[in-house]
Amino acid sequence: MNGHAGPVVAIADVSKSFASVAALQGIDLEIAPREFVSLIGPSGCGKSTLLRIIGDLIQPTSGTVQVNGKPAHQARVDHDYGIVFQDAVLYDWRTVARNVSLPLEMLGWARLRRTEKVREMLELVELTGFESHRPWQLSGGMQQRVSIARALSFDPALLLMDEPFGALDEMTRERLNTELLSIWDKSGSTVVFVTHSIPEAVYLSTRVVVMSARPGRIAEIVPIDLPRPRTFATREEPSFFELVTRVREALAAGSAGSGEARSRAVASEELH
Amino acid sequence: MPSPGATGRVLARLRSWLPALVVFLFVLGLWQGLTTAFHVSTFLLPKPTEIVSSLWDNKGALWHDGVYTFEEALGGFALGSSLGILTALVLARWRGVGAALLPLAVAVNAVPIIAFSPITNQWFGLLNPFSKMAIAAVLCFFPVMVNTLRGLTSVHPSSIELMRSYAAGQVATFRWVRIPNSLPFLFTGLKVATVLSMIGAVVGEYFGGPTNALGVSILNDSQLFDYPRAWAGIALASAFGIVFYSLVTLAEHLATGWRRSG
Repeated sequence: MNGHAGPVVAIADVSKSFASVAALQGIDLEIAPREFVSLIGPSGCGKSTLLRIIGDLIQPTSGTVQVNGKPAHQARVDHDYGIVFQDAVLYDWRTVARNVSLPLEMLGWARLRRTEKVREMLELVELTGFESHRPWQLSGGMQQRVSIARALSFDPALLLMDEPFGALDEMTRERLNTELLSIWDKSGSTVVFVTHSIPEAVYLSTRVVVMSARPGRIAEIVPIDLPRPRTFATREEPSFFELVTRVREALAAGSAGSGEARSRAVASEELH
Repeated sequence: MPSPGATGRVLARLRSWLPALVVFLFVLGLWQGLTTAFHVSTFLLPKPTEIVSSLWDNKGALWHDGVYTFEEALGGFALGSSLGILTALVLARWRGVGAALLPLAVAVNAVPIIAFSPITNQWFGLLNPFSKMAIAAVLCFFPVMVNTLRGLTSVHPSSIELMRSYAAGQVATFRWVRIPNSLPFLFTGLKVATVLSMIGAVVGEYFGGPTNALGVSILNDSQLFDYPRAWAGIALASAFGIVFYSLVTLAEHLATGWRRSG
């Protein structure tokens, strides 16, 4: 993808305050090439904010973010980011194929090269045959696959995903988790993935970054050493449940450790 | 040669229009029947047959007047809509300007613009078509501007983040997202403007204009007690308005055929 040999993402002592409220404090995190890192934590832990700081959509109050060895802003200008939101953000005035080709048109790719790339991307997300459909003719899960195809179409070094399957039903979500792993495997990109779901984070990731709230910090980083390829059966392995439990306990410890929760716990003890 | 599918679609379209056509013919029949049965004088309400025959007898002159007035409406529509679109683009790009100007625009919009017709006649001259175009243009400006602005600004916040992630600037964001997003809103405004432009032109002419204008012709006919001819003029003005509206609706279907339907 490029000549840079170090980590894809290097976050050093990043803090972010919104109007004097600390959203993130002292975040240090490095993400190696080909990693799949999930950010998980309670609402208000700043995981989406951290994702946006990595993508240079929000500026940190202090600290630095390097992507491929350059500042996040330069990485954004260099089109190093593919991004997928909870909402698929597809455009009804474009067909499925032309939604996928939108970033390519913006980058000035020639038509033939675009057509070939779109065909390849739709094959990757298994939507061949839906080229001429309009986004609203597709199910939520299919729309999200179009969104992923669009995000990967220009081979960005880093794929940022903000709860992409959060609005989908459980069965669709599990199916898309498996598909995402196969897409990730074939595309060779590095992924930062924000989620609320512990099983989803464990199933997908190479590492799960557990965050705590008020202020948002990293409570624990759980390496996920489940064998690959991960399949439906992976979710029924004892080792999968052990890791789910570990992440859940890290989340609980993180929230007990945060000031507000601790004082609440103390107060309830005093009542007894 | 149209394919069977196209023929089927045309038939389906005709079927969907059938109820409206039946109601229209029923109202005309009722009108004819009641005015005949109760001997309503032509002075109060001419019979539809009288209006149609007057329209036929004066078809050359009325058509000529109608085209003149329609050109005024068209000119005002083009001018007012273009200015409305440009203003919306500026206000969407520089929100500060929008925040400062929009309350003023709303206040101006509450002014009965038609009341200015004697003034524009004075400014541009009674016989100058621009005196009517100006009124039509001001009438068209607001619905087009307000609707387009809403379309340009009602973009999903994630869309803006997506564009930022592509390092797209303001111009690119307008080109790829805001302008296409605004098209359905723009056409809503344009359709309102077609009707307003005809009203502006005809009513503007009531305050004076050349004798070959439809509004002047309707005014003269009613003052000369030729009510069937006045009604024929009104019918013709309506026909021009309906055709104009339909053409813009057709353009809307061509430009925004991608919209979710059925």
